[in-house]
Amino acid sequence: MVDRRAVITGLGVASAAGTGTEEFWAALIEGRKCLAANSIFDPAGFPCRAAGQIEGLSARKVVPKSYRKAVKVMARDIEVAVVAADLAFKDAGITTRADAENEMSVEPGRLGCNVGAGLICCELDELGLAAKTSVTDGKFDLGTWGHSGMTNLTPLWLLKYLPNMLSCHITIIHGAEGPSNCITCGATSGILSAAEAARWIARNAADVAVAGGAEAKLTPLGVLRQSLLGRLATDSNDRPESACRPFDATHAGTVMGEGGGLLIIEDADRAKARGIHAYAEIAGFGAACDPNGINVTEPNCGSLDLAVSKAIADAGITPGDIDLIVAQGTGVPGEDRCEAEAWEKVFGDDLPDIPAMAITGATGSMFAGQSGVTLVAGALAIWNQTVAPTVNFSSPDEGCRLSLGGERRKCDINYAVVGAFSVGGQSAACVLKRCES
Amino acid sequence: MTRKRVVITGMGTINPLGHDVATTWAGLLAGKSGVSKTEIFDAGTFPSTFSAQVKDFDLADHVEDARKHRHAGRHCTFAIAAAVQAWKQSGLGDCDKLDRDRLGVYLGSGEGSLDFDNFISLVVDAWNEDDTLDAPAWGRLGFERMDMHREVEQESHMVVAHLAAEFGARGPAFNVLTACAASTQALGEATCMIRRGEADAIISGGAHSMIHPLGVMGFNRLTALSVRNDDIETASRPFDATRDGFVLGEGASILILEDYDKVIERGAGDRILAEIVGYGSSADAFRITDQDPRGDGAAAAMRAALTDAKMDTARIDYVSAHGTGTKQNDQVETLAMKQVFGPETTVPISSAKSMLGHLIAAAGATELITCVMAIRDQILPPTANLNVPDPDCDLDYIPNTPRKTPVTTCMSNSMGFGGQNNTLIITAPAP
Repeated sequence: MVDRRAVITGLGVASAAGTGTEEFWAALIEGRKCLAANSIFDPAGFPCRAAGQIEGLSARKVVPKSYRKAVKVMARDIEVAVVAADLAFKDAGITTRADAENEMSVEPGRLGCNVGAGLICCELDELGLAAKTSVTDGKFDLGTWGHSGMTNLTPLWLLKYLPNMLSCHITIIHGAEGPSNCITCGATSGILSAAEAARWIARNAADVAVAGGAEAKLTPLGVLRQSLLGRLATDSNDRPESACRPFDATHAGTVMGEGGGLLIIEDADRAKARGIHAYAEIAGFGAACDPNGINVTEPNCGSLDLAVSKAIADAGITPGDIDLIVAQGTGVPGEDRCEAEAWEKVFGDDLPDIPAMAITGATGSMFAGQSGVTLVAGALAIWNQTVAPTVNFSSPDEGCRLSLGGERRKCDINYAVVGAFSVGGQSAACVLKRCES
Repeated sequence: MTRKRVVITGMGTINPLGHDVATTWAGLLAGKSGVSKTEIFDAGTFPSTFSAQVKDFDLADHVEDARKHRHAGRHCTFAIAAAVQAWKQSGLGDCDKLDRDRLGVYLGSGEGSLDFDNFISLVVDAWNEDDTLDAPAWGRLGFERMDMHREVEQESHMVVAHLAAEFGARGPAFNVLTACAASTQALGEATCMIRRGEADAIISGGAHSMIHPLGVMGFNRLTALSVRNDDIETASRPFDATRDGFVLGEGASILILEDYDKVIERGAGDRILAEIVGYGSSADAFRITDQDPRGDGAAAAMRAALTDAKMDTARIDYVSAHGTGTKQNDQVETLAMKQVFGPETTVPISSAKSMLGHLIAAAGATELITCVMAIRDQILPPTANLNVPDPDCDLDYIPNTPRKTPVTTCMSNSMGFGGQNNTLIITAPAP
């Protein structure tokens, strides 16, 4: 049995650097500063007030009329994913059930869905309003909550926050009845999901899949958790657009970003038969972890070098064949150093000669959305044969030998490798290969 | 590329019926109930006052160095203990040939329990008079009151991190959370990774505990839980006409999956418990609130697993049902079974949830263990509390008493809230 090849034929993205590939890529190659002061909630009590927010996000605008009611039970994470999926299918020229006028152009049972997600925090305004009914003498009373307080919440409350609902809404909107998964593995989720979907296609369990990841942790609890972990930049509240500086000598922490990156992954022969020039082929995949990852206060990049080496070997190439590195670059000093070291382990003294880019300076850290969005960036770099500058990077941190130019660079990119790692010690890498037209 | 064979060489579990496989299995064959009054928090005024809890559990009884895991959340401690049991049974710890770079962890673990008292009092204390959240106050107070580790450990993939730490794994690491189907899906996708040669061994399964005020509230608001507060031990009644919802449970089950060739190579052929031969996944793509009423989605997952196993239904000796005990699930699952096995099928089916409760993300892995035990002992576990026949559920659900019968091949079904369905097929060890 020969594995079928999987190619990327559609891209959907929503992030602080733009919604839709056009806006997103334009922002990246211009090196636009897209981080800003947090306006999702008042961040005055929090040590980091910078944020990467998606402007004008609305799932309501993109779902079929008959599905608008369901938007009410979508947490913001779900809206991000729904918007990105809509963009991706349209970009791929695939007609789904969302189009009431036309037949689906892919068989429902052969259409898979694999969307990475994170831990979704319930909306505190909604919960607080209900909790208030159960307060006696200034204290929350669980007894009152149990018999009457909770009835102030919508019966569907739980469904708003289950991580698999990103996938489930997408399957319902687009009629995807094939394999369906929801990977919750932090920032690696997007690569793990896309690679797993490519495996579904390889082993003939699906012909097409929508895959990647999305998360919107820019909530009071989400920001609080990362603050407690000490990962956020607290030195730049007066210049939020420069707060996240991946691999730069002045890096001082990361910034929370919202983001969703979904890819349409398709059997290569099917894409060819319908005359599509794919963005790239998913040519190799590797994943790894670091047993020390449980020590979350110590910097860790999840044995990223092992994941990258596996991905390169899986693609049947050698490190010397790689033309572009898409790094994660959280901007957390210890993490950047650990990551730079991992890339150096794989590429050795060739590392400074390989163009590299990191998008976090423009988008912030997007958690489960991170590597879905970086895969989109990597695919666009191959498509445009252009390396985007790394926003907020000017002089490299000591020991960082990644070639992160401050300018856009035109170059021949046949193979790009995209890497990611999660707090907790997991890593993943994906090799993208340029497709012939 | 030839597909590698994947076998199970170790199993462990912590659940409401027991803290190991043997006790759990004995409890299931005896028709025991794991249900009791909820003690994790005071649920006295909740619509459902009972649940299937893990009792008298202490991680220190199961691991050499519990300190390493001192920050682990409740469900994570269950997973570590279950994994230690599975690891010991597999004998992998004594294998000097094991390449840690090719030892993976692929789990279907739930999120950790929220630090509820702290969390809810923060919401109350940082509430404006105009009925909005005072976010700055919330941030300030939260920074003072919340514990960093308790917060971080709630991310579901932290369970993966703890297992990697315990066994020194450096291979592929995944966590999936397809609700009630998560650990079945984890086992299925882990199988595919080994088949493709991406790992030699994978620690797989799931862990979950939603027995906390927001979890119980969430399911109560959905009216998914049984509210039979006056007869809690028989409240979980899958396929019975009087069923009124599922009983929320908690626990973890972990299985060691290995490349068959590597097991033979390390001289551990006698440790093989079963072979995983089929996996199928599908989506209802119907509604987030309801299952596809015809059972098409569940049927598609079963068919995909049969195709994957290159088997027809005649080969299946037993089906471990999802069987939650909600009105809708059991009816839809019956229809799906009939679609795949034929309307007159006599294949024996049972639901371990009648005794274990619903372990949510951990349910599928726990139920797969019961299938392995059924093959080992040539006996099928019953569906407890099944006394009043439901005309919509008219198949052979093995009511109340276990059944001695030849068992070689079993199917295990899981269907997640939101419409994600997964099926596994296992067979007896064969050369």
